[in-house]
Amino acid sequence: MELTLWTYEGPPHVGAMRIASSMEGVHYVLHAPQGDTYADLLFTMIERRNRRPPVTYTTFQARDLGGDTAELVKRTITQAVERFQPEALLVGESCTAELIQDQPGALAQGMDLGGVPIVSLELPAYSKKENWGAAESFYQLVRGLLKDQIPPPGSPKPSPQRWRQEGRRARVNLLGPSLLGFRCRDDVLEISRLLASHGIEVSVVAPLGARPADLMRLPAADANVCLYPEVAGTVCSWLERSFGMATVKTVPIGIGATTDFLREITELLGVDVPAAAEDKSRLPWYSRSVDSTYLTGKRVFIFADATHALAAARIASKELGFEVVGLGTYSREQAREVRAAAKELGLEALISDDYLAVEKAMAEAAPELVLGTQMERHSAKRLGIPCAVISSPLHVQDVPARYSPQMGWEGANVIFDSWVHPLMMGLEEHLIGMFRHDFEFVDGHRSHLGDGAPERSLTGNEPQPTLAMANAAAAPSPSEAQVGTVATIPAPEPAPSAAAWSGETLWSSDGEAELAKIPFFVRGKVKRNTETFARERQLAVISAETLYDAKAHFSR
Amino acid sequence: MLAPPTSADAALPEVLKESGQREVFCGLTSIVWLHRRMPDAFFLVVGSRTCAHLIQSAAGVMIFAEPRFGTAILGERDLAGLADANDELDRLVRELLERRPEIRTLFLVGSCPSEVIKLDLQRAAERLSAQLAGRVRVLNYSGSGIETTFTQGEDHALMAMLPLMPSSDEDQLLIVGTLADAVEDRFRLLFERMGVPRVRSLPPRRSTELPPVGPGTRLLLAQPFLSGTARALVHRGAQLIESPYPFGVEGSRLWMAAAAAAFGLAPAAVAAVLDPLETRGRRALEPHRRELEGRRLFLLPDSQMEIPLARFLARECGMELVEVGTPYLDRQLMAAEMALLPPGTRLSEGQDVERQLERVRAERPDLVVCGLGLANPLEAEGIATKWSIELVFSPIHGCDQAGDLAELFARPLHRRQRLSFV
Repeated sequence: MELTLWTYEGPPHVGAMRIASSMEGVHYVLHAPQGDTYADLLFTMIERRNRRPPVTYTTFQARDLGGDTAELVKRTITQAVERFQPEALLVGESCTAELIQDQPGALAQGMDLGGVPIVSLELPAYSKKENWGAAESFYQLVRGLLKDQIPPPGSPKPSPQRWRQEGRRARVNLLGPSLLGFRCRDDVLEISRLLASHGIEVSVVAPLGARPADLMRLPAADANVCLYPEVAGTVCSWLERSFGMATVKTVPIGIGATTDFLREITELLGVDVPAAAEDKSRLPWYSRSVDSTYLTGKRVFIFADATHALAAARIASKELGFEVVGLGTYSREQAREVRAAAKELGLEALISDDYLAVEKAMAEAAPELVLGTQMERHSAKRLGIPCAVISSPLHVQDVPARYSPQMGWEGANVIFDSWVHPLMMGLEEHLIGMFRHDFEFVDGHRSHLGDGAPERSLTGNEPQPTLAMANAAAAPSPSEAQVGTVATIPAPEPAPSAAAWSGETLWSSDGEAELAKIPFFVRGKVKRNTETFARERQLAVISAETLYDAKAHFSR
Repeated sequence: MLAPPTSADAALPEVLKESGQREVFCGLTSIVWLHRRMPDAFFLVVGSRTCAHLIQSAAGVMIFAEPRFGTAILGERDLAGLADANDELDRLVRELLERRPEIRTLFLVGSCPSEVIKLDLQRAAERLSAQLAGRVRVLNYSGSGIETTFTQGEDHALMAMLPLMPSSDEDQLLIVGTLADAVEDRFRLLFERMGVPRVRSLPPRRSTELPPVGPGTRLLLAQPFLSGTARALVHRGAQLIESPYPFGVEGSRLWMAAAAAAFGLAPAAVAAVLDPLETRGRRALEPHRRELEGRRLFLLPDSQMEIPLARFLARECGMELVEVGTPYLDRQLMAAEMALLPPGTRLSEGQDVERQLERVRAERPDLVVCGLGLANPLEAEGIATKWSIELVFSPIHGCDQAGDLAELFARPLHRRQRLSFV
């Protein structure tokens, strides 16, 4: 038993609904009690879909349990097939139906449904979650439709470069995009365009927009692109095992990853290797331009599904010059990759689906920017930290009307804007530093920070410094350095002796006065660093001198 | 006991009874408004990830630092051994209460899976209550989808509080059903002005301050979906005041007047309070009535508020009722409402959503009241909709709210008139 207040992922049958709803011509009969129909609103409200998900629920009630619920399942299946005439039928159950063991899949297999392909989904609701359910459902559906096409064991693997002999263009499948996934609609378009510009055709996109007949054509492509491993990982490895189809595994989010992706796919298919990528996206130049100097070493905290967390860590640290101070995911299935990426950044990955643990880690890491899901957006708001949403779970605002992919060159542009805009603009930050004694910049005037940092985080009640913070303190951000270059008034009061230390450190009045001169948006960090410095030296009182000593210490 | 069915029942229209796929929330959803009503209570659903996801999705937004509701998600280990499940529940409750020392009442809320595996939450509540004696009261009820539909969750929650209500012969008016605090304050003031001796509410604002009940209690239902609670209170000696529900000017006036009559208050004093309210309420309604008059309305079953709302929209806003669906029809509690419906109104009980949508498409009503899962698909078919869930979250009771209530229905129509893409 596990206490959950908010959850990152729904139950596994919601994953199955994502597959069915993403496709055309598929219907899902779900043995579930009334109430479980709430899941329809995920699609009609969050995704703003203009039609109901293709799901029929048995909506059994307590009084049905005494009778024949199996009969209810069969009746529901018959009616759904009659009404919706699907090209493939998924049959499964939600958590409660799993307990009453009617085995709807087996019941459906025993029915005469006029030859509709039936795929039975067994998704253990008490141990698995939404993304696993999506991956498993997609895999079962593909396997169910393709099992008769599997070449006999020992057949030669088809060459990914056979398109040359066959006198056609190279073609690939894009696997994994689905409803309730992050920006999948636009990523598919962006990657299709990118591949087209290198002469590579997209054969099948699935599950998003595919029909069962399209899935039957999957083996006709030269390779599979595993765009979203959370959903397509299982299918891609099955297609690799059963049909010898190669998988392109690089997820093209960010400049470096998109370059790697193109290299991987062109080498695999034997297509001409693309020229340098630099000029295809504005991100590299925007990141080099002087205005972006202020981004250097910005502390970012990243928590997302594995795919987007990994991509964000690479972009943040390499392409924007941020300092990643926290990295984690709720995708336990892909935890290993995230752990490895965190280790490379000198961090320990946070693998958790407890949003309170994530919020705690976030507070401890004291980031200046949070890249997360809707859950982290709310935590960051409470902590007064700017945030950009980079991953599911979604809110209706994460399904924008405008074209806003995450993948490919345009995706990199979108990422630059959406991560940098929550921060104060660079020039603004310099000006505030220069003019910070002007009345416009006294406390309370915080128009540039949106909802603003709560005062308490500046004056006390600070999160305890963590190891990650202590490391980062050695590399102060330019804003911190800049405070020192302008502030020059030393206090006359002599520094108190270390001998007086009683385990407690207090601010002297001139120390406080000096601290108050520091712009509010870096004051918290300066205060924290100075206190750490004082504690380490067992100083009882922090004077203005101590503040400058600490500044000199940390600016090494 | 409640009065036996009156002869008026015989004149009521035939009700179309349907069974098939229901497109409704389960009773867990009512936690979303119940926890706001009682800020010192915590609602712990003992269920599955689906339960947690449902409440989160129905609440619509994830805005709470740490909400006063949560789900104890059953895992495979809990299913394997119920003894362990009880230990696990105790551990989890202990941890939860350590973190939330301000909680005074803990509701263990049963779900579909906990009911099916027969996890005895009543015994768990008794056990935990004994352990936490004096600090936290632990109650239990079922909000499961196999037993409750949407608003019935509140009915079950109130029934769970009932045994803790002290007995008293004191004359009092007991308003039953969650109201917005401001609306409740307003009603109290009005009843005081009329001369009602004492007004109390269930659920109370503080979970520990439960009102007493006994032969002096006149029971006034603020919500139409509290069948079980009403019967249980009558069993404790309360007298049920039969009346339409306080939606719209007419319903609110009849509701308040019925309460006043139950206390034998002088009609002139009552009228002196209610007449100006009625005049003002009608004035507020007028602009919306112009928008709604003659428009055809189809209510899909959802909150059990459909019949009172249909009565209000037909009689005070001039709407034409195409069909009024309700998930469950309590003929006794609905008798006063049904008597006010226009003759020949088509009522349906239960649901077969596909067939009902066929009727919607065939009738092409001007406005459909429905759940969130159906709203956008119907809009895409060119049919204006009003989300029913807003009706349980908005302050809509009373004469002063009648204009706002009408506006909720007028807005989708008004919006369609404003939009133009040519």
